Amino acid sequence: MAPIIQVDNLTYIYSQGTPWEHTALDGVSFSIERGEFVGIIGHTGSGKSTLIQQLNGLLKPTSGHVLLDGTDIWADKATTRQARFRVGLVFQYPEYQLFEETVYKDIAFGPKNMHLSPEEIDRRVHEAAGFVGITEEQLKVSPFDLSGGQKRRVAIAGVIAMEPEVLILDEPAAGLDPEGREEILQNIDAYRRAKNATVIMVSHSMNDVARLTDRLLVLNGSHLAMDGTPREVFARAQELLDMGLDIPEVTRVFLELQKLGADVPAVYTIRQAVDALLKLKEGK
Amino acid sequence: MLKDITLGQYFPGTSPVHKLDPRTKLLMLVVYIVALFTAKSWLSYGLCLGFLVMVVAVSKIPPKALIKGMKPMIFILVFTGLLNLFMTPGETVLVSFWNITVTAEGLERAIFMVFRILMLISATFLLTYTTSPISLTDGLESLLGPLKKIHLPVHELSMMMCIALRFIPTLIEETDKIISAQKARGADFESGKLMERVKALIPILVPLFISAFRRADELATAMECRCYQGGEGRTKMKQMRYMRRDFIAYFVGILLIGATIALGSFGL
Repeated sequence: MAPIIQVDNLTYIYSQGTPWEHTALDGVSFSIERGEFVGIIGHTGSGKSTLIQQLNGLLKPTSGHVLLDGTDIWADKATTRQARFRVGLVFQYPEYQLFEETVYKDIAFGPKNMHLSPEEIDRRVHEAAGFVGITEEQLKVSPFDLSGGQKRRVAIAGVIAMEPEVLILDEPAAGLDPEGREEILQNIDAYRRAKNATVIMVSHSMNDVARLTDRLLVLNGSHLAMDGTPREVFARAQELLDMGLDIPEVTRVFLELQKLGADVPAVYTIRQAVDALLKLKEGK
Repeated sequence: MLKDITLGQYFPGTSPVHKLDPRTKLLMLVVYIVALFTAKSWLSYGLCLGFLVMVVAVSKIPPKALIKGMKPMIFILVFTGLLNLFMTPGETVLVSFWNITVTAEGLERAIFMVFRILMLISATFLLTYTTSPISLTDGLESLLGPLKKIHLPVHELSMMMCIALRFIPTLIEETDKIISAQKARGADFESGKLMERVKALIPILVPLFISAFRRADELATAMECRCYQGGEGRTKMKQMRYMRRDFIAYFVGILLIGATIALGSFGL
């Protein structure tokens, strides 16, 4: 079976031929298997946002290919349009895209564009609302009467309602309080498990990506700098720091412990840290 | 796609044209427009064109950018051209069919008018391409200064213009983002009947208005927090001062308008 997403030598140049010409992506290649939870990290301007807009056909590659399930998404117009539905993209601060009179109608916007039957739309709206914890009463109110965190969830539900095989999120938890962050991340994981979907998440929070993802792509200066499991990527902690990126706090603590001569492995989640410390204690 | 709109855009640079005092550039634009309208012959037109080409060359603005800026004006240009072509009475009839006649005079006049508009727009674009919005409004405020005597809120007006210019790119960017977000939800802006296309704009316009109001509100608060108040007693970080190049520019400008008026009085 072909990987769900295959990116082949992708290059993208903004405003070609003007003084603002800028290469956002330069020869990026990777592939993503079905059901993977992939994190994309990289500092501001490294090409993360450009990359994810390539994956659902919002931006057309300057050169290179993006294959969805083995087919080039730019093969023809219908394929491109289909890619928009199969690959759901949640932008940064998606609450600013809400426009309908009620939450229900806003969530139904995507499915309606797919020309589904009213019954199917209704089912999807309720299911999507369920995933993100929007109640039956909240579906009837105006999205502009909700709190920031709730608006964010409505916007995510609007994409989930299209039941995309690949769900891409750009900083879904940015600007939320710790509780809101945790809830949204759990909602996303719940959707992934329920639908066996592939999730790609752009994040600045190393703690979040370390805990949730199976695999990390590191972008640096328009290039794909690293591609591996969180363990492999965070093992190269010094390189990440040199790129101006962060590493999970617990990884940092354990690196310092190693420097002090403690016999501890490299870890990147709290869970692993606890296990490592318990083992160390038992060993004595 | 919206990024192609170059209205009010600024191309940063260090050419002598960029460095000119904004007041000089504004007055020179006025001089140029007057010269263009006094020009009655091909010779004086050529003079204006030569002046324009010279300024473009000195400013190092890519001619491509100027041409790109013309795109939204195509309708006006075509309309003006056709109107003059068909509506000018004359003796030498070139083509005549149905009840439409095209005369040689009409053809000449149409080309004349289209060229006039093209040169007018290019010059105006050159001004905004080479002058940052802030120095442009500074120049405008200084030139309109005398109107303060008759209690015209000159500072407030130039501030509003400055903010409007400043936010054009921001709003374009915002619109682009909203369009992308709605496209990601399957919104279709490119097909359908007229009514459907108009309806398709709602998902863009509602968020755009909301964010514009939010931005205006935030900007007002931020200005308030920094104790902003109108023109009285306000000093400038960049003081405008006339340099040698400004006098040279004025000299060239006076030559141009003098030449077109002189040519005009000889009936050329």
